[in-house]
Amino acid sequence: MADPLHQFKIEKLVDLPDVTLPGIGTVDLAFTNSHLAMTIAFVAIIAFMSLVTANAKVVPGRLQGVGEQMFGLIDNLTSSIIGHEGRKFMPFVFTIFMFILAMNFLGLVNIPGVFHMFTATSQIAVTATFGVVTIALVLIVGFAKHGLGFFKLFVPGGVPWPLLPVIIPIEFASFLLRPLTLTLRLFGNMMGGHVALKVFAGFVGAAAIGGIGYLGILVGPLSFGMVTALTALEFLVAFLQAFVFAVLTTIYLNDVVNLGHGH
Amino acid sequence: MEPTTYKYIGAGLATLGMIGAGIGVGNIFGSFLTGALRNPSAAASQIGNLFVGAALAEALGILAFVLGILIFSA
Repeated sequence: MADPLHQFKIEKLVDLPDVTLPGIGTVDLAFTNSHLAMTIAFVAIIAFMSLVTANAKVVPGRLQGVGEQMFGLIDNLTSSIIGHEGRKFMPFVFTIFMFILAMNFLGLVNIPGVFHMFTATSQIAVTATFGVVTIALVLIVGFAKHGLGFFKLFVPGGVPWPLLPVIIPIEFASFLLRPLTLTLRLFGNMMGGHVALKVFAGFVGAAAIGGIGYLGILVGPLSFGMVTALTALEFLVAFLQAFVFAVLTTIYLNDVVNLGHGH
Repeated sequence: MEPTTYKYIGAGLATLGMIGAGIGVGNIFGSFLTGALRNPSAAASQIGNLFVGAALAEALGILAFVLGILIFSA
């Protein structure tokens, strides 16, 4: 039986020649299973959104309704948190939301023995990219809108001045932790969920081949039920984590868009 | 005991931090239910806050989990 962490192993599907970049060194280029999962997610989103908008009607059908729900969810989120300027950031938040959602859901696709889709969001490199892109946008918007006034972000209003030497380092540290927690939350949830699934699936396997003797009669069905329940929970978590990422992105953007009169 | 044994014990101890996250997330959802049952009409508007709070509390537990994985695979 493969260990539970085996499913996160990156495998080269097509090996491309190494490239030597100045200042970075040799880069091992390859088309990996992680890359494949992200490409499928990308194609699936484009196909879904084109299908939804291909035959748009005033009164939406079922498929168009699903697309409008997604769109409306994020549109409502950005305009309710950021306000009238929220529309400008809606495309960014929507893109991130749909991409993470697609990768999370595709990671649950598993045809036993034939094909196991790789969960791209269980790679810390992928989630770190999302975290860095988000915080980079926050910094760009903050400095573009307020210039050096951006640093007022670390000085919350209404705080008595003797407390400022304590508050400012805390605010600064919490700002530095934002990309880290964005990254680790998504990574940890997806990885933890898949490890738990694999561990219980391993119990079913061990019980089926008689690895734990007569105890297997009790353990097998229990673990099988647990795998089923956990899979259902993972679908909820997959949606929830994409939504939480979108909500936190919006909140961080709101901090710099409405600097000084939002909080 | 071999030195690697201590590594596995340490990894297990590191993940104990998730207990706090479990208490925190449970507290948030419990309090939400308490409030929502008292005033169900206001519950729908607080769903967003609920998930943000749960996510923030959960992040700290995930940090402990990641530390455990780091020690485990070190």
